[in-house]
Amino acid sequence: MADRSAIALNSVTMSYSDNTLFRDVSLQLAPGSFHFLTGPSGAGKTTLIKLCYGELQPTEGRVTLFDEDTGHMDRDAIARLRRRIGVVHQDCRFIDHLSVAENVLLPVTVSGGNVEAARTDMSELMNWVGLNALSDHRPPELSGGERQRAALARAVILSPDIILADEPTGNVDWEMSLKILGLLIELNLLGKTVLCATHDMSLIRQAKTRVSTRVLRLRDGAVELAGAEL
Amino acid sequence: MNALLTLLKGDTSAESVVPRTGYTAMLTIACAAAMAFLAVFVLALALSAGRQAGDWEASLADTATVRISAPVEMAAVQAETVETILSQTPGIGGTRRLSNDEQALLLQPWFGSDLPIETLRLPILIDVTLTENGPDVIGLRQRLAAEAPGAVYDDHGRWRAPMVDAARGLRTLSLIALLLIAIVTGVTVALAASAAISANGQVIDVLRLVGAEDSYITRAFTRRFSLRTLAGAAAGTIIGLFAVALIPTVAGGGLASAVGFQGAEWIWPLLVPLAAAALAFAATRAAAARRLKEAG
Repeated sequence: MADRSAIALNSVTMSYSDNTLFRDVSLQLAPGSFHFLTGPSGAGKTTLIKLCYGELQPTEGRVTLFDEDTGHMDRDAIARLRRRIGVVHQDCRFIDHLSVAENVLLPVTVSGGNVEAARTDMSELMNWVGLNALSDHRPPELSGGERQRAALARAVILSPDIILADEPTGNVDWEMSLKILGLLIELNLLGKTVLCATHDMSLIRQAKTRVSTRVLRLRDGAVELAGAEL
Repeated sequence: MNALLTLLKGDTSAESVVPRTGYTAMLTIACAAAMAFLAVFVLALALSAGRQAGDWEASLADTATVRISAPVEMAAVQAETVETILSQTPGIGGTRRLSNDEQALLLQPWFGSDLPIETLRLPILIDVTLTENGPDVIGLRQRLAAEAPGAVYDDHGRWRAPMVDAARGLRTLSLIALLLIAIVTGVTVALAASAAISANGQVIDVLRLVGAEDSYITRAFTRRFSLRTLAGAAAGTIIGLFAVALIPTVAGGGLASAVGFQGAEWIWPLLVPLAAAALAFAATRAAAARRLKEAG
């Protein structure tokens, strides 16, 4: 049975101590859609992204991934579900003593997949993100943009249904931002659901010229659909 | 056994995600080596004590002595009476009266070789060999008391029991020491594993981000720590075996001369590294599971 929604938040409230980040938020991301999530710093974009891959549990409400309630899942079940979700963070985290190629292969390794086959096919993937020449380097040797692209390669190696990108262009120049955006758009055109948190309106405007996107704005503890002002 | 098979089969891909360096590596290897060295010694002591207790018990259990302390004019008659009674008693395999020279030899350690034994009034000693079932000691003592009042049947239990008890006690203490060594090894490895897991928080974050289950993360640490423990314990065991082999042997020195391994006992120290690795496997797995649960 096809998933009715890739990600759904139902009446979700998220609080840290006495600070409520957002209250009673509901949203659904349809399979194959491209959403931007924007809002001022501290509005809760990263928290919402983390809710979307089960890293955090809501204070109230329900988060469902592929129609499964994350509140009723144990850590291992969430881990298995994450293999259908590719995540790219602003501060891309890697295992520094492994090579870039080994880091990119990690999702295959931990899921018990065919690492040798994936290694054979990896050249195409590394070419796609423009890192073929850096496969044997260690992550600390990469620039910010290269790290983002390596993280994107790692996020898509299992061909996940959803790509979650949290400020993927936060640490890179405009040219690199456009490259990363281009990769996200390519993935969306392949049918992947994309949710990209960013505060860069230029990037959003650029994306809108190339692909159908919706923009969600987190403001004053609520999520609203941004209008034509963009 | 399953744990050991899992350990040997291993998951090198999981192990490779943990950095090889770190102070916990040396701590684990050094601790395992030291504990294995001690374990080999204590094992040798436990086995030797058990063996000695068995030897003493066996060598004394099938003999007894009848001592006849009677006035000179009655001693010879009572000795003959005792020998007659003993020959008629079921459970007695044989008797032999000790000569004066043999008695002098027995006293020599205390009085020296110049002892004029003929001037002493020594009791007559009859060495008794028992059959497998032995005699009815109570009945025999009653009959001796009635027919040879100067005769005392001594089954060596009075001084045999404390020696056997001491050897057994030493063996028990050695086994307790072995248990303590195992506990300390397990706790040390678990602490080192916990420290390594804490120090590798970023590795665990990344693994979780890419969909690693707890069992995978746990395997990454257990194999590494089990193999380190195996290597350290193997080195400690080899050194321990050399040290045990170098303990000087003293003829007739009792337990002190017998510390070591004999025959099939050599298998036991060879199991020390494997036992240490299995212990490390269990301790690391428990520590990893606890840390992952705490991390949420």
